[in-house]
Amino acid sequence: MKFSEQWLREWVNPDIDTDTLGEQLTMAGLEVEAIEAAAPFFDGIVVARIVSCAAHPEADRLQVCQVDDGRDETLTIVCGAANARPGITVPLARIGAQLPSGMVIKQAKLRGMASFGMLCSAAELGLVESAEGLLELPADWQPGTVIQDALELADQCIEIGLTPNRGDCLSIAGIAREVATINRLPVSAPALTAAPVEIDDEQRVVVDDRAACPVYCGRVIRAIDVSKASPLWLQERLRRSGLRSISAVVDVTNLVMLELGQPMHAFDLDNVQGTVYVRRCREGEQLTLLAGREVALQADTLVIADDEKPLALAGIMGGEDSAVSTDSVNIFLEAAHFRPAAIAGKARAYGLHTDSAHRFERGVAASLPEQAIERASTLLLAIVGGQVGPMTTVADTNLQPQQAQVALRRSAVCRLLGVDINSEEIVDILSRLGMQMTAVGDETWQVTPPDYRFDIANEADLIEELARIHGYNQLPDSRPLVAAIMSPLPAAHERLLPWLRQALVDQGYYEMISYSFVEPELQKLLDPEQTPLSLANPLASDISVMRTSLWPGLLTAAHYNQSRQQQRIRFFEIGKRFRGSLAERKEETVLACAVTGAVSPEQWGETMRPADFFDLKGDLEETLGRCLSLRFSACEHPALHPGRSAQITDESSQTIGYIGALHPQLQEKIGLESEVLLCEISLSGVDTSAVHHFHMLSRFPAVRRDLALLVAADLPTGQLQDVLSAALGEQLKEVRVFDVYQGKGIDSGLKSVAIGLTFQDISRTLTDDNIDNMVAAALQAVTTQCGARLRD
Amino acid sequence: MQQLESLIDKAERTVNGATDLDALNEYRIRFLGRKGELTGYLKGLGDVPVADRPKFGQAINRGKQRLQAAIDLRQETLQEAALKARLASESIDVTLPGRQQGVGGLHPVTQTMMRIETLFRQGGYELVEGPEIEDDYHNFEALNIPADHPARAMHDTFYFDQHTVLRTHTSPVQVRVMTEQQPPFRVIAPGKVYRCDSDVTHTPMFHQVEGFMVDEQVSFADLKGVVSDFLRLFFERDLAVRFRPSYFPFTEPSAEVDIACVICAGDGCRVCSQTGWLEVMGCGMIHPQVLKNVAIDGQKYSGFAFGMGVERLAMLYYGINDLRLFYENDLRFIGQFSDAVSKGKSR
Repeated sequence: MKFSEQWLREWVNPDIDTDTLGEQLTMAGLEVEAIEAAAPFFDGIVVARIVSCAAHPEADRLQVCQVDDGRDETLTIVCGAANARPGITVPLARIGAQLPSGMVIKQAKLRGMASFGMLCSAAELGLVESAEGLLELPADWQPGTVIQDALELADQCIEIGLTPNRGDCLSIAGIAREVATINRLPVSAPALTAAPVEIDDEQRVVVDDRAACPVYCGRVIRAIDVSKASPLWLQERLRRSGLRSISAVVDVTNLVMLELGQPMHAFDLDNVQGTVYVRRCREGEQLTLLAGREVALQADTLVIADDEKPLALAGIMGGEDSAVSTDSVNIFLEAAHFRPAAIAGKARAYGLHTDSAHRFERGVAASLPEQAIERASTLLLAIVGGQVGPMTTVADTNLQPQQAQVALRRSAVCRLLGVDINSEEIVDILSRLGMQMTAVGDETWQVTPPDYRFDIANEADLIEELARIHGYNQLPDSRPLVAAIMSPLPAAHERLLPWLRQALVDQGYYEMISYSFVEPELQKLLDPEQTPLSLANPLASDISVMRTSLWPGLLTAAHYNQSRQQQRIRFFEIGKRFRGSLAERKEETVLACAVTGAVSPEQWGETMRPADFFDLKGDLEETLGRCLSLRFSACEHPALHPGRSAQITDESSQTIGYIGALHPQLQEKIGLESEVLLCEISLSGVDTSAVHHFHMLSRFPAVRRDLALLVAADLPTGQLQDVLSAALGEQLKEVRVFDVYQGKGIDSGLKSVAIGLTFQDISRTLTDDNIDNMVAAALQAVTTQCGARLRD
Repeated sequence: MQQLESLIDKAERTVNGATDLDALNEYRIRFLGRKGELTGYLKGLGDVPVADRPKFGQAINRGKQRLQAAIDLRQETLQEAALKARLASESIDVTLPGRQQGVGGLHPVTQTMMRIETLFRQGGYELVEGPEIEDDYHNFEALNIPADHPARAMHDTFYFDQHTVLRTHTSPVQVRVMTEQQPPFRVIAPGKVYRCDSDVTHTPMFHQVEGFMVDEQVSFADLKGVVSDFLRLFFERDLAVRFRPSYFPFTEPSAEVDIACVICAGDGCRVCSQTGWLEVMGCGMIHPQVLKNVAIDGQKYSGFAFGMGVERLAMLYYGINDLRLFYENDLRFIGQFSDAVSKGKSR
């Protein structure tokens, strides 16, 4: 809501400057978003009157005007404006004047004719973006008057952002009520006089849907002169409120809306056939709106219609066919009260946002329509003339919004706000806000809110009003009184993620966060087996489906960084993936990593080598692997290199994730420069109830024996480790693979695996015999189960 | 005797001329070894007349001692020189860069969330999370935002179907906790939220921390105290904080909270649009209808709730000037915030 400070001050005029007024509004919940001068700076421009005009001897389009600027002699001014004619009053920039554009007016020669100043348009004064012709000022303005004074431009346009509950402040009247209350001043509303009724004509009105439209007022005005333009003061008021001047009739309805908050509409009476109805639309009905757009009416839309067809979207926008035009002579003026629920959401459904719908959705007082009709009639009579008919009112008082009686206790005020506010202040503030207060007991009242407040339904709403006007910042700051109970440590499941993040950072990974919605095509390549959940209203196609995997986000980020000369990339993300149908959706927190480029940062003295599968696997084992047993087995995954991918299972053989190199074809398709290692693991399987438990340290020596085993080249080495671990008991402390060799000296089809076995007992020194026996048992097991033999 | 003297002189010269420890050892053996030249003299003592023997023997022993002393001295000198040479050969260029394996970094959103969580945990708040895909009831209805309410326009909502949305705030967690448990509550609910909006100052996904407290004596003044304390502790300075009346359907009274601009200290700058104030969070007393919806006795209990945007706080705390950086995941950006103390400029 944008308004002129001058206009507001006609209603209430506290002795404070603009900035203080702005501060007051903001701190009362009407947030000031901008304050700007009503006109830009200019100087040396005065009111002037064109005395005579003569054709320029050298140019068809120019006229040579004699202009009276209030001084003794007229000025000769060459002017190209089409509307320049004798008798009109216009702004004149005298020699030496400065225009808003910064231009300084000098004596000039136009086609050989000297010109002593410039006559101005509204655009040249910086009042509007563009204008045709000279700005015509009222004929009775005194030449020589400084324009700023004549147009009363020492004014500020204040723009406030209103929350949806404060529809009552979408008018000068409403803002004035607030300012008056804050400053404990009365409001002086302009006197409302009834327009004299001269004719009997009444438009028949039938309200079908009385619940949606409990009050409908209308009035016929005949024989208006639509050629009359809005007076300058009216145009200025609208301009300073951010509205364009359209025609006198429309301008008047807009002015009344801004002043009182009541949206209005004027129909061309001669284009209304028979009765005016307020009804729900019928199937298949269409309407051409004011802006020329044709809409198919959606079921349930409330319309204003005549005998033949819909004329307007009720409370939202008028139709083109029945609009007041330059040919109109007779009009039907309407103002109605619509129930907010009947209008709410409707404009949006048509892709419209109008000042009218904006107000009706938030609630307009049911008592306003008659006032608005009277106010508009009086203004119209003064501007376009005409003969006014009687007021037609179709109202159903039973269906009008009933103001709830709200009980208010001073004790509740003090309890909720945490401060003592006395009864006098309570009664004073609420009364000034238009509430009727009836004392019903000791410091208890029944409060009836005024009909323009649609946001007061309970005690808390009243307490907010009190706090607001009392001043939020006048209330104390206190600390809640709570029992000093020690809070528990973060639970294990809350500790896991911070720990895991830090562990990965220590391992050289950067944490990234990507959108939960991704590009469907990319995701289909990476996770083809899942059908993602689609957004019904995505912002863009590349963020239109929910991620079923974190890989699309990771790879997109990897690509982004590679394009910025980052070759070594180590990313992890912990977040949710979304799987399943909408009805049976599953949000699961997962860890995913992407690694590409050198295993360590480039530096002297180290051989650079690209990170491979085992680097990522090792990083996982050293981080998440400390909280969860990770088992790896070769697998195929549509996104991964078939020979370099593994599924990850937990102790109970549940698949919890995948690790591997991105499939080379996908790598190429996505445009990544080097092999990318990926993993994604569900974190839901981590048993966060397990706690660390001490293991006794042996005081006896450990003994290591190394075995070089020949096995089939395709035997998973992990199997050897498993068999060895299973074959030997508790005394086997560690199985460490320290070399794998294929090539010279080894038959093709075989590989040599060197394994170190470490033995130790908790309570004694193991003898050579003990160890020999265990090594023999180990060999026996791998020979029979893995086809291994000792390398010579 | 004369011969002996000259032998010792010669031996001493030889020893002093030894250039390394091996040569010195060789000389020691040559002169003092079992078959050494001086030892030879001792053996030849039998041929010396008895009367001369003591004198002669003493002379040999003195000569031996003299020579041993010379050898020891030479050995020490040579050892010292050898050590020096070794150390010199082992010297390195200490100005070469240190060997690094590369350490990573946490995303600034995570770090900011951790700061917020730490402060509220210290105040006894418990951390609760909830689903990101929400139903209409928890995201809107229970929070007093019925369908077609103008407030819905404040939330540009992503829909899956008519009743299923990406949560537009973390407030649904409030509904879930209050439905499932009994007061008193002190809870924070951090997480991702979504709005159908994207421009220079909006990303379609961002992070919020919602917090609420419900007990028998919780007032608006308490809310003001808690929020002001939090903001001053978060920004680590004694900021001016102001509360402005506002509107949220699920709180009454409602407030927007402004802090004195952390960039210009309230003088007015581009970041605060010349107002000197920065809007940092919304809050209020939990609306009686919300309490009713979750079957909490509003006569007995009252509570406050607040919600803050994590990215907004992170931008202000770190001085980040572009919201979109958070989701570009540029390594040069993410790596900037991971250290306990910055070695950059102090503010």
